[in-house]
Amino acid sequence: MSGERLFQIQRISGHPGTVPGYGTQRAVEVCKYVDVTTCIGCKACEVACVEWNDHPFRETSFDNTYQTMPSTEWNYYNLIKFAEHETNGNLMWLMRKDQCMHCAEPGCLAACPADGAIVQYQNGIVDFQQENCIGCGYCISGCPFDIPKFNMETKKVYKCTLCSDRVGEGLEPACIKACPTGCLHFGTKDDMVSMANARAQQLKKYSGFANAGVYDPQSIGGTHVVYVLHDITQPELYGGLPANPQIPFSYGIWKWLAKPLALIMAVLGILAIIFHRILIGPKVPQPEDVPPLTDHPDDGQAARKETP
Amino acid sequence: MSSAIDRFDEKMRRGIGRFGRTVVHKGELLRHPVYTRILHWLVAISFVLALLSGFAVFSPVLFPWITPLFGGGPTARFLHPWFSLAFVIFFFFQFLNWLHAMVWTDSDSRFMRRFKEYVTNSETLEPEDTGFFNGGQKLYFWAIVVSVILFLISGLAMWFDNIIPGILVAISYVIHDIAALIMLAGFIIHIYESTAQQPGTFRSMIDGTVTAKWAWTHHPGWYRAMTGRDPREDYERALRETERERGRIEEPEAGKL
Repeated sequence: MSGERLFQIQRISGHPGTVPGYGTQRAVEVCKYVDVTTCIGCKACEVACVEWNDHPFRETSFDNTYQTMPSTEWNYYNLIKFAEHETNGNLMWLMRKDQCMHCAEPGCLAACPADGAIVQYQNGIVDFQQENCIGCGYCISGCPFDIPKFNMETKKVYKCTLCSDRVGEGLEPACIKACPTGCLHFGTKDDMVSMANARAQQLKKYSGFANAGVYDPQSIGGTHVVYVLHDITQPELYGGLPANPQIPFSYGIWKWLAKPLALIMAVLGILAIIFHRILIGPKVPQPEDVPPLTDHPDDGQAARKETP
Repeated sequence: MSSAIDRFDEKMRRGIGRFGRTVVHKGELLRHPVYTRILHWLVAISFVLALLSGFAVFSPVLFPWITPLFGGGPTARFLHPWFSLAFVIFFFFQFLNWLHAMVWTDSDSRFMRRFKEYVTNSETLEPEDTGFFNGGQKLYFWAIVVSVILFLISGLAMWFDNIIPGILVAISYVIHDIAALIMLAGFIIHIYESTAQQPGTFRSMIDGTVTAKWAWTHHPGWYRAMTGRDPREDYERALRETERERGRIEEPEAGKL
């Protein structure tokens, strides 16, 4: 997909008129559409994810819900979060497909110090390259959605790839393919957002969900997974989806202040001592053992000439 | 408490001192015993390793340059906390060893006030009350103590980030960096002062000794305590002898050389 984009002609030398075919290719930003309101919690997407990524079934724990395990794991990228919510005596059983959101401004990527361990493709997919990962775990604290997970054995971090291997071949992600209700769709970001908006309008108009809306948080530049929620004002209900996800403020200080400052300080410090040595000179034990200056008067004069 | 530390230090100095020796020639003073020297270099080696591996992970600019020294990024990341732990442990012993000598005094406050004179070399000898360590050295020591505490707390949070809340881990990165900045600044100055800036200092950490001249120039108070002699008088006598050897009495004109 990015290959097609690379060879899309932008300008031509000595060519009259517009570039032939300009603008005929559509936007390449991809997106998952997740309609929480039509999810039935069948977990087909979980199985498809485990199957496609060739992960073994892992042990889980029972915590009185239908949820497969408490949170996503290094080899379990995709998890339906089940939440029971009561309003006005009515029970709402909320099921949200939790996975990497593929943020436009990824906190994990901002935090990562290792060259090439996290890449963001032009199509919006944020992908971990485990061969470059050094296992520092900075991405884990940088993620507002608690998605990257550490593997204690390989000392590397893993998360949903948005099936970049499938998308690169023109296929939709495995979870999308497995969904039986059509609550999952895959396409361009524009299409998915307009589809989600249309669905939210439908919910408002016909189903009585006055607060229905689309979750595409602009605080991190939007995400490449959008949710249609019954109640956009309370995303926390859906297994702790943050209303206003933020990359921790300290990252800004750390990345844009501390890191350059340290390098500048190191360079300035070394320059400072070099010039201190030249201009002010050493503190030599006194009295100094130096040959008398006046043995050769001409040399002495030469030395004096330099003094301003 | 303080006497228990002193007893421990004395025991270590005697115990470790048996493995090496310090030869003090005529006209020289013993500055650092074997125990101090061994501790210093253990601290130094573990600190430099921690610094390099830490900087590799700290800055994406330095990452491709420094990680190959440790066998790649994952190895640098793996080794960094262990180097650092060694540094903290060795420094703890150095802390006990030097705690007594590093107590802040009025003389050190005066040192801070005449910091400019010190940096610009405008005085021949240090003030008479400059003891075993001067104010700058003590400042560096206490800056390391503060940094080590910051390093250790934030470093443990980053090391065990699976059991520490994420926001504390995120704050720890910044605290760790602030500690590193303090250490880096002090470290650059420390290396400069002990080698190029003050000839005759480096040997005190290798052979353990310094010349009497060095002692009355940089630490007159310590010279007086060690020899019972007046540093200023000894300096002036040595000056007269040097002048006699040079075969001239008159000083070079001030400001002309």
